[in-house]
Amino acid sequence: MSLLDVRDLSVVFQRRGERPFTAVDKVSFTVEPGQTVGLVGESGCGKSVTSLAIMGLLPKRGNKVTGEVLFDGADLLKLRRDDMRDRRGRDIGMIFQDPLSSLNPVIPIGVQVAEVLERHQGRDRRQALREARELLDAVGIPDPDRRLKEYPHQISGGMRQRALIAIALACKPRLLIADEPTTALDVTIQAQILTLLKQLVDDTGTALIMITHDLGVVAGLCDTVNVLYGGKVVERARRHELFAHARHPYTHGLLNSVPRLDSTRGERLHAIRGSVADNIPWVEGCAFAPRCDNVVDACLEGAPTLEPTATGGDLRCNNPVSEEVAVP
Amino acid sequence: MLRVIVRRLLQLVVTLIALSALIFIWLRNLPGGPVDALLGERATPETRALLTKALGYDQPIHVQYGKFMQRILTGDFGNSIRTGDPVIEVIGRAFPATVELALAAMIVAVGLGIPLGYLAARWRGRALDHLTVVGTLLGISIPIFFLGYLLKDVFTQNIHWFPPSGRVGIGLDNTNITGFFVLDSLLTREFDATADALWHLILPAVTLATIPLAVIVRMTRASVLDVLNEDYVRTAEAKGLRHRTIRGRHVLRNALLPVVTTIGLQTGALLSGAVLTEKVYNWGGLGTLITDSITGSRDYPVLQALILLAALVFVVVNLLVDLSYAFIDPRVRVR
Repeated sequence: MSLLDVRDLSVVFQRRGERPFTAVDKVSFTVEPGQTVGLVGESGCGKSVTSLAIMGLLPKRGNKVTGEVLFDGADLLKLRRDDMRDRRGRDIGMIFQDPLSSLNPVIPIGVQVAEVLERHQGRDRRQALREARELLDAVGIPDPDRRLKEYPHQISGGMRQRALIAIALACKPRLLIADEPTTALDVTIQAQILTLLKQLVDDTGTALIMITHDLGVVAGLCDTVNVLYGGKVVERARRHELFAHARHPYTHGLLNSVPRLDSTRGERLHAIRGSVADNIPWVEGCAFAPRCDNVVDACLEGAPTLEPTATGGDLRCNNPVSEEVAVP
Repeated sequence: MLRVIVRRLLQLVVTLIALSALIFIWLRNLPGGPVDALLGERATPETRALLTKALGYDQPIHVQYGKFMQRILTGDFGNSIRTGDPVIEVIGRAFPATVELALAAMIVAVGLGIPLGYLAARWRGRALDHLTVVGTLLGISIPIFFLGYLLKDVFTQNIHWFPPSGRVGIGLDNTNITGFFVLDSLLTREFDATADALWHLILPAVTLATIPLAVIVRMTRASVLDVLNEDYVRTAEAKGLRHRTIRGRHVLRNALLPVVTTIGLQTGALLSGAVLTEKVYNWGGLGTLITDSITGSRDYPVLQALILLAALVFVVVNLLVDLSYAFIDPRVRVR
């Protein structure tokens, strides 16, 4: 049995006075114990909303969440609020994009780590702080004794993200969701944080959902990758398969837009035409069609379905990029 | 920290000196004056000249100011023109009454304001929220004297729940130690007097509390709404913390930072409301003293001292608020 089995997860924003908007459209994917799964896509593709829906962190008002999120066989969407509260932080940890705003500015780092242990493991404050010190040490924060008493504004961005990782992993959850954990950090720190995450999930056997728009992150970390576009999974493949033979024109475009050290001098970087604003609704056709180089008539006659590929992945495309012209 | 306090106190001294000069000149340029007030319209020019000279008002204004400052430095604020008593004594008698009233009003305003503001934010867009928004608008808009007379009319004339005026009931002889009647009666264990003092205190305190209450509710509501959208509240939710931990430790603590400033400013501003409230409820405090000193006799010495005292209170309260920030917000490092 998969650790996490997301089935037909949909999130519809229903704000008063606005037309309902489907942010996540019947997304299904699985995460095996210890596996690292990527959710990739540009801003607005629904990847963050997917993660918040799994965590039960979307506000009740104005959001309609349907489908199933089976964690260890139990549907998280059907849990009572308090039962979900018991699981958050204990079974599933989460780290967020901006480490400064994600930490409470008026509470010492130590307490922010310790309170998870107090909540889920019944530790008292002293015991929890002792463990918090070890956790800070484990995520590579130097001089943890001092850091325990310091406030978020007193430590660097990289250290803040390390502290958030310590918080998320404090109770040794079986699943960690990382929502663009490196986006707000500068490049050298990004690499350190990714290395740390990789090492921690390898050591503890924690499964990881990595949400990112950065294919470099995917390349270094993920076992399988789900590419999202317009709220739907458009391509799913194992990492090597994806980088070697991206089939969906969108994935292909993403890979082509990454600057490469070995490219010919003066070669222009490829960009995907238009923006998310050009999308058409899935009911009218493929949402990516207006931006797609491979568009055919069938693309404007209803949404293509997600079909298994010969290489064990899934693909939602009428006219995929042929394997011969795949990115080297 | 100590250096900050010293520097702020020095600033305070400069402020007070400048203000004293301003008040001094301003008061003396108002039409009418103690001489007119004491002698009436039909006094002869000779009598006027004599009294003016006796009070020292014939001298140039800078000389008068110089003498005034000289006396202040020795702690002598002069005597009241109206009663002849030393100004310090006159003010000392009225001061506790006003402080008691102001404290009671702030307890009402803070005690009701923060929970109401929080609930309005939590249930944004629901009935309670709408009620709060409209109610606070009313609270800010209704003139204090109007509300005062309205409450007094309803609760003392129509339904006799509260006494109409004063600080103590007739026939109750309470021991005066500090001048704070509630405190005094508690100290002497005369609990019937405590009840009586509180009973007299409620209506005036509620009246005086309306504006700060409304402001604090609005500030708390806006601030809580801001904080609820903060990423760190989402982090706290992601940790699976209990609702009351999130509310107390993560939401309220941050949301109350701006509210503390508001409370300080409102406390300083209470004095203006106290003038009107005290008038309505015949409360023998500083507010009554101010109005009497203006309308009765243009009592320059008392007025000068009162305005300086008000300024002092305002500045000190705000200094305390600023200093409290250093304790409640670790990001503030006082330099």
